[in-house]
Amino acid sequence: MGSITLEHVNKSFGGVTVIPDISLEVNDGEFVVFVGPSGCGKSTLLRLIAGLEDLSDGTIRIDGADVSKTLPAQRKLSMVFQSYALYPHMSVRGNIAFPLKMEKAPKERMDAAVNDAARVLNLTDYLDRKPRQLSGGQRQRVAIGRAIVRQPKAFLFDEPLSNLDAALRVNMRLEISELHKKLKTTMVYVTHDQVEAMTMADRIVVLNAGRIEQYGTPIELYQKPANLFVAGFIGSPKMNFIEGKEADTFGAATIGIRPEHFTISDAGRWTGTVGVAEHLGSDTFLYVDVDGIGQVTVRASGELPFAHGQTISLDPIESRIYRFDAQGQAM
Amino acid sequence: MATRQTQVAARLMMSPAVLLLLAWMIVPLSMTLWFSFQRYNLLMPGMEYFTGLDNYRYFFANPSFWAALTNTLVLVGGVLAITLIGGTLMALLLDQPMFGQGIVRLLVISPFFVMPTVSALVWQNMMMNPVYGLFSYIARVFGVQPIDWFSQVPLFSIIMIVAWQWLPFATLILLTALQSLDEEQREAAGMDGAGPIPLFFYIILPHLARALTVVMLIQTIFLLSIFAEIFVTTGGGPGTATTNLTFLIYIQSLLQFDVGLASAGGIVAVILANIVAIFLLRIVGKNLDA
Repeated sequence: MGSITLEHVNKSFGGVTVIPDISLEVNDGEFVVFVGPSGCGKSTLLRLIAGLEDLSDGTIRIDGADVSKTLPAQRKLSMVFQSYALYPHMSVRGNIAFPLKMEKAPKERMDAAVNDAARVLNLTDYLDRKPRQLSGGQRQRVAIGRAIVRQPKAFLFDEPLSNLDAALRVNMRLEISELHKKLKTTMVYVTHDQVEAMTMADRIVVLNAGRIEQYGTPIELYQKPANLFVAGFIGSPKMNFIEGKEADTFGAATIGIRPEHFTISDAGRWTGTVGVAEHLGSDTFLYVDVDGIGQVTVRASGELPFAHGQTISLDPIESRIYRFDAQGQAM
Repeated sequence: MATRQTQVAARLMMSPAVLLLLAWMIVPLSMTLWFSFQRYNLLMPGMEYFTGLDNYRYFFANPSFWAALTNTLVLVGGVLAITLIGGTLMALLLDQPMFGQGIVRLLVISPFFVMPTVSALVWQNMMMNPVYGLFSYIARVFGVQPIDWFSQVPLFSIIMIVAWQWLPFATLILLTALQSLDEEQREAAGMDGAGPIPLFFYIILPHLARALTVVMLIQTIFLLSIFAEIFVTTGGGPGTATTNLTFLIYIQSLLQFDVGLASAGGIVAVILANIVAIFLLRIVGKNLDA
């Protein structure tokens, strides 16, 4: 159906190497998210898979067949762009039907496919509108509709939610996940937002400077980050890193403790003063200045009556302390 | 400009310019209108009198009028067709990445800076001359009888000269429009399976519609009053083959000294231009709203 294999993929623009050497396997029906800070090469990687950029070196296989030199249209992939890239002069119906029209599909099949897609995406009432008459979320759905009708081997999403407001983003995230459950088609999704990655992915590829830092399920990444970069990137608020004497006592160059892995006690290991307390209702985030360590973020569930300037005593949960060596690799 | 105060200020500031432009237009227009109802010949000064609609009657009865009207429309239509189609193709070509793009673009635009009389003379003497012109040279290389452009296809020759002058303008505007096309839209169309030709007809051409409209409107305004190219090359002939309305009015006022008749022609030309403008705005107006 739709497995994607990358073998020693390399991409340079002029003299600048964006992706030095990546090998990667996406299984059929899997939802894989590429995540990383901006400029890490995740969009380039997606565009290489789509065929919108030429490979400098290496091989891309879809279902085992080498497509490294194949034109984008013949790779049987669909892409949803960050700007949606809808055709502004065509109605919603025209936009969704466009790929089929290019295939010269018969009219009945085209109508059936458009109506199906519209029903799945709740666009039936908008089929005759122009894209500019739609809201951001609706446009997003039209772009997805256009991707669905081709019945591609895999969907590629290039930061599709970054132009939506926060509430809509959560909604669309759910819709895309549900769509994946329904269609069971391979999806490759690019985002810089680790929350999107954690919530949607079957497996996550964490990219940094064109290299894969770690490839695994969300929980693997959370529980066993391979190195400092992944540890810092996955999880919100960020993991606390502590170096120096305190780390030495654990036999590591750096230790990492997630904000949620602290207990607030009366006579804990560390004592500090609360700098800022953020009360979210469900959680309380405390930014604590601990003597000899620096600022530490603490996440406690529920409403806690802490305020600025208060003294607090903390205990890290020993079993959940991550230890890293001098090279930043997990120990 | 939201507040009432700024609106008033804006109007006050603009009013001198508006008034000047209004006077600039209204004085000649009303004088022409006035003369068009007068028996007024420069050969008989001081003998002007009111003749009602006689000038108009004579103008329409003149067989040259219908020829001139047809020539005007053919001239405008021909130049528009060549510049719009040619301009689109040129813009597509210049949009391709190539070595020396800046210089090439500058060169392509240069004909627009040549004044009409000069370009007409260059075409007449260096390109279309039946004896030593470039075209006749090429024809002789292939052993074909050279065409005497200005006597065999006079109107087409004029159309070619004018189209050559206006092609850069169309190219320039269309090129800018082409460059504003979202790259992701092209990529999306590519992934949807659109080859170069469907890409052009389904994505690029609709995107260019507005720019094409603007080019058409601006060019029509200028093309209705083509004069220099005709004056320099054919002088309206042979017969009335290249006489357009502007040239006909020139003949009547400055060669036959009949100011009254020429003014009537002028008013007819104004009305014609307005009809064409309304017509054009009607068909293309919805493109401009979008």
